[in-house]
Amino acid sequence: MAENKPITKNVDWMVVLIYIACLGIGWVNIYAAVYNPEVNMSMFDLGNNAGKQLMWIGTAAVLIICILVIDYKFYETFSFIIYAVIIFLLVVVLFAGSNINGSRSWIKFGSFSLQPAEFSKLAISLAISKYLSDPAISLTRKLKDYYPIMGIIALPAFLILLSNETGSMLVFASFAIVLYREGMPGFIPAIGMVTAALLIITLLFVKWYIAGAIIVIAGLVIWLMPVMTRRRGGLWATIIIGFVMIGIVFGVDFFMNNVLQKHQRGRIMVLLDPDSDPRGIGWNVIQSKIAIGSGGFSGKGFLQGTQTKFDFVPEQSTDFIFCTVGEEHGFIGSAIVVVLFVSLIARLVVLAERQRSRFARVYGYCVAGIIFFHFMVNIGMTIGLMPVIGIPLPFFSYGGSSLWSFSILLFVFLKIDAQRPFTLSRG
Amino acid sequence: MLESRRFVIIGFFALVGLIYLFRLFYLQVLDESYSIESSSNSIKRVIEIPFRGQIYDRTGKLIVYNTPVYDLLVTPYKARVDDTLRFCQVLGIERRDFDSLMHAASAYSRVKPSLFLRQLSKEDFASIQDIMVDYSGFEFAKSSLRTYTAPTLANTLGYVSEITRGQLEKQEEPYYRQSDYIGQSGIEKIYENELRGKRGTKFVMQNVSGVYKGPWKGGELDTMAVAGDNLYSGIDLEVQQYADSLMVNKVGSVVAIEPKTGQIISMVSAPTYDPNILASRYFSKNYAALARNPYKPLFNRPVMASYRPGSTFKLIQALIGLQEGVITPESGFTHANCPVGCHNHPATGTVALGVMHSCNPYFYNVFRRIIYKNNIQNTFKASAVGLDAWHDAISKFGIGQRLGIDLPSEYKGNLPNKKYYDRFYGEYRWKFSNIYSLSIGEGELLITPLKMANVAAIIANRGYFYTPHVIHGIGDGKKVNPDFLVRHETGVDSHNFDPVIEGMIGAVEGGTARRSRVEGITIAGKTGTSQNKRGDDHSIFIAFAPVENPKIAIAVFVENAGAGGSAAAPIANLIIEKYLTRKVTNKALEERMLKSDLMSKVILPGQKKPISPDSLKKKLISPDSAKKKLLEKPVTAPKKQ
Ligand SMILES: [Zn+2]
Repeated sequence: MAENKPITKNVDWMVVLIYIACLGIGWVNIYAAVYNPEVNMSMFDLGNNAGKQLMWIGTAAVLIICILVIDYKFYETFSFIIYAVIIFLLVVVLFAGSNINGSRSWIKFGSFSLQPAEFSKLAISLAISKYLSDPAISLTRKLKDYYPIMGIIALPAFLILLSNETGSMLVFASFAIVLYREGMPGFIPAIGMVTAALLIITLLFVKWYIAGAIIVIAGLVIWLMPVMTRRRGGLWATIIIGFVMIGIVFGVDFFMNNVLQKHQRGRIMVLLDPDSDPRGIGWNVIQSKIAIGSGGFSGKGFLQGTQTKFDFVPEQSTDFIFCTVGEEHGFIGSAIVVVLFVSLIARLVVLAERQRSRFARVYGYCVAGIIFFHFMVNIGMTIGLMPVIGIPLPFFSYGGSSLWSFSILLFVFLKIDAQRPFTLSRG
Repeated sequence: MLESRRFVIIGFFALVGLIYLFRLFYLQVLDESYSIESSSNSIKRVIEIPFRGQIYDRTGKLIVYNTPVYDLLVTPYKARVDDTLRFCQVLGIERRDFDSLMHAASAYSRVKPSLFLRQLSKEDFASIQDIMVDYSGFEFAKSSLRTYTAPTLANTLGYVSEITRGQLEKQEEPYYRQSDYIGQSGIEKIYENELRGKRGTKFVMQNVSGVYKGPWKGGELDTMAVAGDNLYSGIDLEVQQYADSLMVNKVGSVVAIEPKTGQIISMVSAPTYDPNILASRYFSKNYAALARNPYKPLFNRPVMASYRPGSTFKLIQALIGLQEGVITPESGFTHANCPVGCHNHPATGTVALGVMHSCNPYFYNVFRRIIYKNNIQNTFKASAVGLDAWHDAISKFGIGQRLGIDLPSEYKGNLPNKKYYDRFYGEYRWKFSNIYSLSIGEGELLITPLKMANVAAIIANRGYFYTPHVIHGIGDGKKVNPDFLVRHETGVDSHNFDPVIEGMIGAVEGGTARRSRVEGITIAGKTGTSQNKRGDDHSIFIAFAPVENPKIAIAVFVENAGAGGSAAAPIANLIIEKYLTRKVTNKALEERMLKSDLMSKVILPGQKKPISPDSLKKKLISPDSAKKKLLEKPVTAPKKQ
């Protein structure tokens, strides 16, 4: 039986403080990104993105209060219903959505627009947590227990793909982290990473050379293998693994040249070699690296960035907001942001691990994984370590949908965590 | 056991965080190339526009090339002009122009450069370059102007101008930016992708006031601009200009084709204008004047104007009749029982004589036999079936469809079929007696001068043609468009051309075009008189020569000039002689045609009688006269009328 002690006593203040710090730094940098030395503009003016973001922050605060007031059991009880509602919205937006930048995924209210795809992360997290809260489900032994999870992820992924928001869909890869924690064999993420590595190698080198290299390495492995291992099937295992890897190389090659559209291929190629197309897609990456690189150790100072002014960097207040941080606040500012994120994510993992119910733990890992994935891809893209995938930097990027969805995602977990002392032990 | 996986996960997070910290440290602290010396320097991307491809004539003479010019740009928020008076004096503009230009630039953007004065010549640039350093916020950008070696071929070549807003939005791949130039018509439009070349990109460093501080990263990322492909045309510039001179003070077209290849030798759209006037900074003013001109000099008549072919169409009727077997070379017809009139001429006992004397009743009978060849009892049904068969045979000559020339807006023309008349009369409510005027090239037929020149080429080739084209080689490798190498067959056997060609020779030697025959060259030709609702008939002539080994096929159309023999035939034959022998023997005829002014007979659409022809040139600013007045009033300045 839960008692109603003041929520303020039990909520994890470290996470809340990091959250507030991120919002504050983000908002200041949005202002710097849209700042124009010629126009006298205010940070509080609703006519620019900084002013609008302040409004989104205000509404997010209201949302957070609601979340903290609602009974913590609500989220577990209504997990699948919330999931169903979001799926419904994703279907609606396909038919009635407004088209912004070629993706039909927005619902408009006057000059503000919301993107249901942003909330699909919350829906999937809750649904997976609810599903895994059944102690009979085991990810270690039973393959069939994976099918519902695949379904929970695939349905919104398919709908999002239809509305042309590939970026939001890729975020679902982050659920691999929670599945690994809950018992998915380690070789699955290992295979994923090897495949990713092969993919990059395939893009950089001629496929026949790679195939040759794999054969040579496989030959060396077999040669160096102890005789016993070789007899016990090590020979065939190595040969089969070698062939599978060659298959992946040729598959990737085929996929790149025959399945992907030209601009998608370009986005991947530019990741590997931005200079290959300095005036096309590579432009964003080069400009963003210049902006960040020119910040130096301590930055050019608030509102002093030259590179991020005058539209040198596109989508500056949304996906490329980190450029402004890098240019105006230098390595110090950038490092603070990176440390803030890593601390937040690590803290979330610690909180998740101290949960007594599996539902709460799984949900906590989902939140940590999603925020981590956004952090990794978004900042990685601005410093040229990731392809240009248009996903926002949590709490920093301008935009109501993403701010709301991350705030809800985070504070639902904080609410569940705050009730932890009163929940019964696991089971 | 699974609990321990938390360390793997946190370790992974921390690893990514560390990698990013190292990467940031490398980018921001270690890699010097990003930390530009002064913190106020910034990197700017400069786009280098390559020279457009040049265009050559068939003898290797240059037709179109580029002249380097300089645009003056202003960035309003940086602009500091302390003594406006001196500034205006240097640029040769007036105070109010200065104000309105600055206003327009500020309205576009305070922080982005916009055009202040465009297309200053190299000399102008040299004389003001040093003075302009005193004024911050102004910069020059190199650009180039299309320049034409001769004032000819305006509509064929087309013009290049600033991209319009609509074009900017419609482009499939984002290549063009605002104020970029793009081919808007003619060859410049069709071959835009080949001519434009490949843009270069340079990354340069500049300080706050936009002063150049050297290349960024030593120019490592810069890409070179690649000049556009040169185009090689079949145009004979000398013949083209000669044809131009013959078409002065006339409205009409000349199209000359090399029959063996389909290359266009000459293409006149009269009245014409000097293409240089649309390649100057007076573009808008000159373009407006040309667009307002009642004679529509921007209308590319050879491919866009439509006429009834008149008697020239009899050649095709004869060929189809022979091929279908409804007549033989020895078939003869008299004027008896014929609803179409004729003139006085000797008896037409053979196809050759019918062609030579252009006998209307002769071809009325030929067409009647073609239509009724199917022997269907019901004349309505017979006409319907016969017309569609006839339509298919004629289509093979390129009539009623686009030939596919490398020029924009080619007009399809009109070749009526069963469906066409069904719409007017209803199905099976019409028969031969309703459509017989087609037999002599009147009625609902519409063709372009280009198509008739192509018909002349078909006859010269005795049965086939290559798609007429202006450009036959792209780039220095002279790459050929494969479409232009396809031989199109008309389905008429080569021996059936003999009697028709014999008649055409007769027409030039002693028939309707005898007054313009050329000594020493056997020309096969056919006059035509195209009836029209407005004023006198149009004069038409198609021909090819020399008959033994045809090198040129030609069609000449002169509006409201009367019979084909009066204006079109002499002009065509003078051009043929010029092309084949490089000289003209019949000086008297040449003199007469050069001087003949038929503008007073031209009746424009929507008018009852001819208007007094106002001179084209008076309203236009030629680049030569503009050169004298250095930096005359800028055209970009908004002006009150
Ligand atoms: Zn007659």
